[in-house]
Amino acid sequence: MDYFLQQLINGLTLGSVYGLIAIGYTMVYGIIGMINFAHGDVFMLSVFIALIVFLLITSLFGGLAIAFALILVLICAMALTALWSWAIERIAYRPLRGSFRLAPLISAIGMSIFLINFVQLVQGPRNKALPPIFDGGFLIPIGDGNITLAYKQILIVATTAVLLAAFWYVVQKTPLGRAQRACEQDRKMAALLGIDVDRTISLTFVMGAALAAVAGVLFMVQYGVVNFSDGFVPGIKAFTAAVLGGIGSLPGAVIGGLLIGLIETFWSAYFSIDYKDVAAFSILAITLIFMPSGIFGKPDVEKV
Amino acid sequence: MAKAAAEPRIEKGREPIDWRAAIKDAGFLALFTLGLAFPILAFRTRQDLSKGLVLDPRWELVATLVAIAFFARLGWIVFGGRISDAASSTATRIGEKLAPLGEYKDVFRYGGLALLIAYPFLAVLFTGPAGALKWIDNFGIQILIYVMLGWGLNIVVGLAGLLDLGYVAFYAVGAYSTALLSTHYGLSFWICLPLAGIFAAFWGILLGFPVLRLRGDYLAIVTLAFGEIIRLVLINWVELTNGASGISGIPRPTFFGLPFNASDSGFAAFFGLEFTPLHRLFFLFYLILALALLTNWVTIRLRRLPIGRAWEALREDEIACRSLGIDTVKTKLTAFSIGAMFGGFAGAFFAVRLGFISPKSFEFMESAVILSIVVLGGMGSQVGVAIAAIVMIGGTELLRELGWLKAVFGPGFDPTQYRMLLFGMAMVAMMVWRPRGLISRRDPSIVLHERRAVGGDLVKEGHG
Amino acid sequence: MANSATTPAVAATTGLEPILRVEHLTMRFGGLLAVNDLSFDVARGQITALIGPNGAGKTTVFNCITGFYKPTIGRMALFSGGLQTDAAIEFVTNSPTRYRRTSEGAVFLLERMADSEIAAKAKVARTFQNIRLFTGMTVLENLIVAQHNWLNRASGYSILGLIGAPSFRKAEAMAVELAVAWLDRIGLTHRADDPAGALPYGDQRRLEIARAMCTGPVLLCLDEPAAGLNPRESADLNELLLSIKEGNGTSILLIEHDMSVVMEISDHIVVLEYGIKISDGTPNHIRNDPKVIAAYLGVEDEEVDEAEAELDR
Repeated sequence: MDYFLQQLINGLTLGSVYGLIAIGYTMVYGIIGMINFAHGDVFMLSVFIALIVFLLITSLFGGLAIAFALILVLICAMALTALWSWAIERIAYRPLRGSFRLAPLISAIGMSIFLINFVQLVQGPRNKALPPIFDGGFLIPIGDGNITLAYKQILIVATTAVLLAAFWYVVQKTPLGRAQRACEQDRKMAALLGIDVDRTISLTFVMGAALAAVAGVLFMVQYGVVNFSDGFVPGIKAFTAAVLGGIGSLPGAVIGGLLIGLIETFWSAYFSIDYKDVAAFSILAITLIFMPSGIFGKPDVEKV
Repeated sequence: MAKAAAEPRIEKGREPIDWRAAIKDAGFLALFTLGLAFPILAFRTRQDLSKGLVLDPRWELVATLVAIAFFARLGWIVFGGRISDAASSTATRIGEKLAPLGEYKDVFRYGGLALLIAYPFLAVLFTGPAGALKWIDNFGIQILIYVMLGWGLNIVVGLAGLLDLGYVAFYAVGAYSTALLSTHYGLSFWICLPLAGIFAAFWGILLGFPVLRLRGDYLAIVTLAFGEIIRLVLINWVELTNGASGISGIPRPTFFGLPFNASDSGFAAFFGLEFTPLHRLFFLFYLILALALLTNWVTIRLRRLPIGRAWEALREDEIACRSLGIDTVKTKLTAFSIGAMFGGFAGAFFAVRLGFISPKSFEFMESAVILSIVVLGGMGSQVGVAIAAIVMIGGTELLRELGWLKAVFGPGFDPTQYRMLLFGMAMVAMMVWRPRGLISRRDPSIVLHERRAVGGDLVKEGHG
Repeated sequence: MANSATTPAVAATTGLEPILRVEHLTMRFGGLLAVNDLSFDVARGQITALIGPNGAGKTTVFNCITGFYKPTIGRMALFSGGLQTDAAIEFVTNSPTRYRRTSEGAVFLLERMADSEIAAKAKVARTFQNIRLFTGMTVLENLIVAQHNWLNRASGYSILGLIGAPSFRKAEAMAVELAVAWLDRIGLTHRADDPAGALPYGDQRRLEIARAMCTGPVLLCLDEPAAGLNPRESADLNELLLSIKEGNGTSILLIEHDMSVVMEISDHIVVLEYGIKISDGTPNHIRNDPKVIAAYLGVEDEEVDEAEAELDR
């Protein structure tokens, strides 16, 4: 029983990280119908950025409280990752906006290859590992054993919940969110009505990247180690989460993320750790084949 | 830039440059570059044995990049208009000079074929037996494998318009089936080759059946997922596939029974020639050339048959196809499985080329490269795909030859590390420059009076 | 099950046999009821028009008949040959099959069939409101693709074609012959090798009709074939459709807003409003039906006078 609950906690934590990344996928796909293939690698980049900024801050301001340092890291990581994402969108996606469907996908794949190799070149191919940033948590006795609810884990889940609420508010209640939803429905009409479509789309990318950066900081806090190839598989898993939850739906992305995190954790715990990625990919395939609109998505009716 | 565009160019004189605006513009870009460079370029993380993870600052690199950004932008603002005008007029002039060459299309086709056939001999002639080893293997054979894979995927993506991001799976099925059949059951390559195609085609039908009704991007992702699943199974099912260590000792192909070794029963001895590893290479080269030409021939023939036309109609408008009574599921499955079959053939060749295969050769990157070759070449165009393969694969291989760059950038500079980086940049650049690919004109498959190519802007790209 | 006490208007007025019998067709999209309990007949060898104000559900009816939507409720029976007895319909309805073929003819229950099946087996062809030509293919290729099914069989599913068998070459020549015959009929022979997307609008519409006819249909469904055509092109269209009806014997069902076309060539008209049938009969009957006039009353008086003046021409 305690093993089960422990896995539950671990799964929700992992799932929260996936969920944050998934929001980026779902928002971009919702507004321009494009799978941002490079998003997972932007996440990986943000982990590196968070790592470096953290090292900088702790070496420059040695006596700073960890919480303070992390907040600074968060702000820097979000800002810098957003900058990168803005640049990527301008260079690789915006020129192709009117073009045919495959072009942005190929361009995104090219960007992904570029990012992976860029980070590998400038930071080296080896794993980069930090000592644990902070430890400790609650030790809860359950039945015969104990379960550990680490502070880190609480931080991750809480942050995700808060951010989900905040972004949901932005999308539903603010002018930017309205502009986004208008562009999702009918881009040409939105432009005719005076909405700056280019700016709205760029902001969507930036928001998605900022969330990925949050996920990156949380990832750094939780795992403390990163490698240039750590963007691809989590990226696919996050995309699976977005599809599972219903592409275009913000809460769906997070719920999808939680589900994927839970499935992955339980699969590794009770079956085999080797095939855990196979489980994720299989869920992706099964969802796309049998339930392409996901849990909260709207079914796509083809106009004849 | 905006200022220059607002004023009509009546004379070719130089408009006064607003230096303040230009410097501000360039300054912004420089600042932007600084933002991008910090911290990922500015500091390099290093795992120090005693101190854990440390940062090594690289401010010189950042400063150089920022300076380059500033002056490049300034240069573009000042000279850019003139540069792009000159570039486009040169391009038009080159185009005009080359246009009449279109008449000699047949000459190019047969000449190109003759050149291909003579290639190994030419390599020996110009670079000697030692040099030829590299030029035939790393260039000739490598490029031809990708040309064949490109042509195979072209049937799926280029003709039928189905986005397949997992083509490498069929390549792997062909390679592994050949490896297993020949190492466990001693079957010769010539039997394994058709079997590889059949297995791959079978997998194509199996995988295609549930997914081919998905549209566009979703089909792409599902095929990617399947490709990854197959790769992960190959890594983890150690009893069958020997896992990450791969399968080695795959028997090399023989020349109708004569092995390519130095023994008395070998190829060299039989023909009274002195043994050289070139013999096997020549054989492999002509083998892959034959396989690639077979792929090409079948594709061209199928395009002129009802099924090929149905594929292209499917790409143009699937709903219209259904309204004409065409069974789109069967049509898609046919494209998928025939494309898979050729992937399987290529895989069989790959297995015997080195005598060793491992899951490392069948990662998603391969599928991405092959897809890029097809898209960059211009979907549906056989010639375009071949050119794209030559440029991309040949180009990246060529980077290994640029040892002289060490003299420029210092001895620590290894151009091969930049291969994939440049590859990714090239993909983005190609798409932004020519999203329709190199050759975007379509050749009609049946003609009443006169054959005229269809311009690329009218051809649809398919939605899966 | 529906009893045949509800005798369709067409049999009562003209005594002609129906080729398509639509009964209690209902289409619901979530909360929206697009088509509500619609029943009508399409007479064999005649031109039937489906008209009504925008949003009446006409294209929805088309999509149900041609299999692109699955109706919520309803039965759509297509009769081939002489087998349209009620017994035959009941038989197929109560069995799990989708259609039944005998030596006398066949009955197809369209609501059970998929779109490509309806086109291939029941021989129902259609055109689209927004023209769906294969723009990147030539005019000739468009017409050859329409003959795909039998050509594919003739190519031995490509095997005979690959080896260059003369039987396939002959089949392909025949297909080209049929295509050229249609090209002559619509006056586009000189543009056979041009990409379909390069044709002017009116030519594209006619090409789409010719392409549909190359499948050899018994029922041709046209979705607003006159949309965007000028008066001279509309007159040409009328001529084409009448020649199809008389020359090929194909039954035609068309959606149209252009009254000059509808009144000129239709033998029978069904009027829809908000998914419900409000009138059903000959052009004369419809012209004078107060319900129909009321449905179109959102229109200015001048336009009604203009339309009536056009009809009287």
